[in-house]
Amino acid sequence: MASLDRTARAFLLSELVAGFALTLKYMFKPKVTVNYPYEKGPLSPRFRGEHALRRYPNGEERCIACKLCEAICPAQAITIEAEPRDDGSRRTTRYDIDMTKCIYCGFCQEACPVDAIVEGPNFEFSTETREELMYNKAKLLANGDRWEGEIASNLQADAAYR
Amino acid sequence: MIDTVVLFLTTHWLGQAILILLQCLAVTVPLLVAVAYMTYVDRKVWASIQLRRGPNVVGPFGLLQPFADGLKLVLKETIVPSSANSVLFVIAPMLAFMTALVAWAVVPFADGWVIADINVGILYLFAISSLGVYGIIIAGWASNSKYAFLGALRSAAQMVSYEVSIGFVLITVLLCTGSLNLSKVVLAQSGWFWNWFWLPLLPMFVIFFISALAETNRTPFDLPMSEAELVAGFHTEYSAMTFGLFFLGEYANMILLSALGAVLFLGGWHSPVPYAPFTLVPGVIWFALKIAFLLFIFSWTKGTLPRYRYDQLMRLGWKVFLPVSLGWVVLTAAVLQFGGWLPKP
Repeated sequence: MASLDRTARAFLLSELVAGFALTLKYMFKPKVTVNYPYEKGPLSPRFRGEHALRRYPNGEERCIACKLCEAICPAQAITIEAEPRDDGSRRTTRYDIDMTKCIYCGFCQEACPVDAIVEGPNFEFSTETREELMYNKAKLLANGDRWEGEIASNLQADAAYR
Repeated sequence: MIDTVVLFLTTHWLGQAILILLQCLAVTVPLLVAVAYMTYVDRKVWASIQLRRGPNVVGPFGLLQPFADGLKLVLKETIVPSSANSVLFVIAPMLAFMTALVAWAVVPFADGWVIADINVGILYLFAISSLGVYGIIIAGWASNSKYAFLGALRSAAQMVSYEVSIGFVLITVLLCTGSLNLSKVVLAQSGWFWNWFWLPLLPMFVIFFISALAETNRTPFDLPMSEAELVAGFHTEYSAMTFGLFFLGEYANMILLSALGAVLFLGGWHSPVPYAPFTLVPGVIWFALKIAFLLFIFSWTKGTLPRYRYDQLMRLGWKVFLPVSLGWVVLTAAVLQFGGWLPKP
């Protein structure tokens, strides 16, 4: 009897019919796609995107050229050169990040004692040439100026968990 | 003026040639547009099954996507591998594409709407679909690449195997109609939709459809292009428009087999209900709707089923479909003979 049952099912293609019914049902379910360039998914405040160098509210750059980020960077993507500035404070003369080497681990922002280097919420910084991904200090500071609002609110939102 | 044009087109040899050319254009241009949109429908159907959206950026609802893809293929560089036999390498896609197109000459789109109303229509279709294998074998051989070669061998073996069972399916339909002319096959199925051959010959319709999937190398029988093992099968080495021709040919073949299914089993241009509002719709629209329905099942299948293993594929072709279709030929013949339903010659 079991074999008859099995044969009948095989000839009536019952498994195929069940599978096709399932896919037909799925065809009318709502789509789960996030329609990317027009709509975007939520980002965590801890999201580690494009780097930025921040400034204090008075416009002074935060970075004190301690080079902790350069030391901890596992990909050795950061290069820093520093000299005392005219007013005697220690500042970087060069702060480069090779974005093609960077692995976006976030160690640099963890290491930074003054919250100068941070990874912001921006992930749409693709370029058409490789050279454009060699960020220098001017570019990083410009990023900081551009994203300061979001970076500050993200840091504040995440501060309770650190 | 019009009279002279009509006279020229119907009597003068040049006029007749022009007329035939125009008829061919009237078939191929809508066919190529249909092929383009078949790729779009395919992608939309698979996307819906997987809860995705599918192409929706190029044009409204992504409707211009097929043309963007086509433009891309035309503009890209055609690469001929240095170890390939370059003449055959270029001829193969043309052959594959051409055989997919010439078969349309005998397909009746509506009552009398057929380029060549020949009495051996089904035989012609069968011959042409066998010729299609050559394009694939030549492509695989001329590429001089192991993936292309293995893909071509698989493809050829598969198409030859399933043509046998398609042949028997065609024979059962022939027994019921008594004619090899495709228009006569359609005329034999007039009346309500349960008079169409899909119901009286239901098992054969199923076998026909599954064999058509194998014949066009579609899932679950797309072993010749199984990416996991053979990169892209016989068209691994092809790029740009040479690949495009294979692609167009493959889809044209799919539409052709759907058209054949519509002619043989779904009553061709007949409306499902033989009464007023339905019969007023032109036959070509019913025919197109039936083709579209079968093509939708093609896409649906691809979105649903995984790929067969090669030995399973061969087993299904030779050990299941061949005996079943052969047995059904005998059964149908016996029923027709002893039931007194043999068609009048």
